[in-house]
Amino acid sequence: MEGAGERKRGVRLCCVCKKARASVKRPKTLDHICRECFYHAFESEIHQVIIRNSLFRPGERVAIGASGGKDSTVLAYVLSKLNRLHNYGLHLFLLSVDEGITGYRDDSLETVHRNQVQYGLPLKVVSYKDLYGWTMDQIVDVIGFKNNCTFCGVFRRQALDRGASLLKVDKLVTGHNADDIAETVLLNLLRGDVARLSRCTSITTGEDGPIPRCKPFNPNLDSFITYAYFKRLDYFSTECIYSPNAYRGFAREFIKDLERIRPRAILDIIKSGENFRISTTTKMPEQGTCERCGYISSQKWCKACVLLDGLNRGLPKLGIGRSRGSVGSENGNESKVEKSIQGKQCGTLDF
Amino acid sequence: MACNGSGCQSGVCYKDEDVTRNQPIKSEETDSTNPTKVCIKCKLNDAVSGYGGIDDGRFCADCFKTNLFGKFRFAVTSNAMITPTDKVLVAFSGGPSSRVALQFVHDMQERAQRNFDASRDRSLPVFAVGVVFIDESSVLSIPSNEMEEAVEVVGEIVSSLVPPRKDLHIVPIETVYSADSGEGKESLANVMNTVSDPTGREDMLLCLRMLALQKVASEYGYNRIVLGSCISRIACHVISATVKGQGYSLPADIQYVDARWEVPVVLPLRDCFAQEINMLCRLDGLKTVKFSTGPGSSINGLVSSFVSLLQEENPSRESTIVRTAGKLTPFQFNRIPEIIDGNVPLATRRRQKRYNLKSNESVSSESFCPLCNSPLHKSEIVDWSNMDSHRSSDLFNKSCCSSCQFQILPSDSTSMEQFYMDLPRSMVGRAKQVSNGKLSLLREQIQDFLLSDGEDET
Ligand SMILES: [Zn+2]
Ligand SMILES: [Zn+2]
Ligand SMILES: [Zn+2]
Ligand SMILES: [Zn+2]
Ligand SMILES: [Zn+2]
Repeated sequence: MEGAGERKRGVRLCCVCKKARASVKRPKTLDHICRECFYHAFESEIHQVIIRNSLFRPGERVAIGASGGKDSTVLAYVLSKLNRLHNYGLHLFLLSVDEGITGYRDDSLETVHRNQVQYGLPLKVVSYKDLYGWTMDQIVDVIGFKNNCTFCGVFRRQALDRGASLLKVDKLVTGHNADDIAETVLLNLLRGDVARLSRCTSITTGEDGPIPRCKPFNPNLDSFITYAYFKRLDYFSTECIYSPNAYRGFAREFIKDLERIRPRAILDIIKSGENFRISTTTKMPEQGTCERCGYISSQKWCKACVLLDGLNRGLPKLGIGRSRGSVGSENGNESKVEKSIQGKQCGTLDF
Repeated sequence: MACNGSGCQSGVCYKDEDVTRNQPIKSEETDSTNPTKVCIKCKLNDAVSGYGGIDDGRFCADCFKTNLFGKFRFAVTSNAMITPTDKVLVAFSGGPSSRVALQFVHDMQERAQRNFDASRDRSLPVFAVGVVFIDESSVLSIPSNEMEEAVEVVGEIVSSLVPPRKDLHIVPIETVYSADSGEGKESLANVMNTVSDPTGREDMLLCLRMLALQKVASEYGYNRIVLGSCISRIACHVISATVKGQGYSLPADIQYVDARWEVPVVLPLRDCFAQEINMLCRLDGLKTVKFSTGPGSSINGLVSSFVSLLQEENPSRESTIVRTAGKLTPFQFNRIPEIIDGNVPLATRRRQKRYNLKSNESVSSESFCPLCNSPLHKSEIVDWSNMDSHRSSDLFNKSCCSSCQFQILPSDSTSMEQFYMDLPRSMVGRAKQVSNGKLSLLREQIQDFLLSDGEDET
């Protein structure tokens, strides 16, 4: 796979330092470089993104959403290194969510615990059980396998924010590969979510929310996996077992196929996402706060509270409304917007 | 145990909530094996199924046809696509979509003719219809017997659609060159051979096809071009444009009306699914033509198999994609230009209001790629003052959109020069217009600040 590169009996030399043996082919430039030069390129790319977008200010407290997956593991590693190297002056924390999925999340949390020791970063774990009184396993027991990823997705997003506010951090960063972001652009197109389409490519989101989030992804397409692989970083596969999401799977396959014919397509998708002509009126709805828990919400109650209320009253389908767009009928594209909760499907346990 | 939806064997795989919610309760409503199922519209005949989309299995054959024609007519009338004085050119490729477009345009014309004959004063004229078929055999490797056969079939189809009579124009793709066709053919071959990217070749052919349609239309005095693009086709275009980094220009291509061209282009089948169109062809025995061109390894091919996979999984996916992209803001030229404000149909007016389009604003506020004619994003517009090269081929290259630059134009300057020489003059002319137009536009904008000669020294 990636990283295996072209290894012609060790004769090909790194085209940057011209000394060491090349072992990585960079997806965008197709340059063959050695490990050390790859690390350097990868890290400085992230550094550039941070500087160019002025993501942080000295003294800020920053939580890294740590799922135990490759992206967040690499981000935690690189960010703590850059923080030392370039004197960002950040106070970094690892923040994890325990959904309560037996035999599964346990493993990835163990990884995060090891990361805490390895990188010397304080770790905070917030659990669904503590926040909502329900574990994912319990939720699945009640509602079955259908729809449960709505719970997963909505609860996790809020859990991260709540964890971040418990840590009193100024910012929350999450790790993403460029192809994750490209995938998100496609998924938003496929599911009809224009509001998310308009902001899913921006590096910083939620400046108006309680805690801004940023995703310093690597625009040179250098893979997080390659980095993790060479650095022997300790990570865990984090596909959500409750997330059998057919079109997400198709989209992922599609992106892989695309990368094979035209690597730059990933960046082109992101570019499209950035340049879409979205009128300001279709952007996110007016945000207020949830009357029940105080979390930001455009409705009276936030999504999590609506779902929780249903669960607690023994009506778990509440809030996962059934509505059908009247597409293709007389008034064509005028079909009404779905009112019910359309939480971002979780798909993976990454953030 | 990890599951990513496709090829999952963990046994816990279920369709996600969004998907099941959008499905029209498949088991009860769309079961074609149930013989007692009655059409929901006329409540008389048995419903038929197999035409996909969200209405599959709900209508009988007649109501299905009426419904499909209704979508076409609604698109036409609510966007003022065809008015009685128009002369309409239907682009007929031989495929099912344009076959249905041709049929529907004919049905509409026939009705108009009947009304005309029945009316006392005969005040309302009947719009004229012509058909164009572009022979692309000099670019695609189509066996010559297939093309001969196709031309014959097309001729039969068009002559069967009478009255009213329709002119048929069969033109080779090299018609985009004004020179004699032998020379044009050679230049065309040179151009196509220079494009090495398979996707770029397909897209280049699309650009040339539009150029040819425009040429035929303006030569014979047509004032509308009808394309058969259906939802499925448009959904594919949405995804492929996104993948090619054309997110900005995308909304220009997917509206009912596209008047950035000399002769406005209209898409009356924009609300119809490919399966519906195929169904109509089957039900009515509409003859179509199919060429045996092998599947290419292009992005367009990849996208269309991706989209049909999605559509199979969820029968409303294509329309969701088109609906999402439909919420992107269209351009000023996405409406019929000559209708004055008072005559703008209500639906069009509503749409213009929604997107805050002022109907008197001119098209010239956009810059276009001279190759594919897509509106340029501000990051793609060249600052001419910073141009170091004065070679026209380099200027042309720089004024193209980044997608064309990547997948169509040659990267080295020498091949670019040759490529430029071989391009049809009308494309080259577009680029010249752009750079000249920019200057005059600029002059217009700063006119008030320009001092008359002699004053500039004071
Ligand atoms: Zn090196
Ligand atoms: Zn999940
Ligand atoms: Zn709440
Ligand atoms: Zn019926
Ligand atoms: Zn272009």
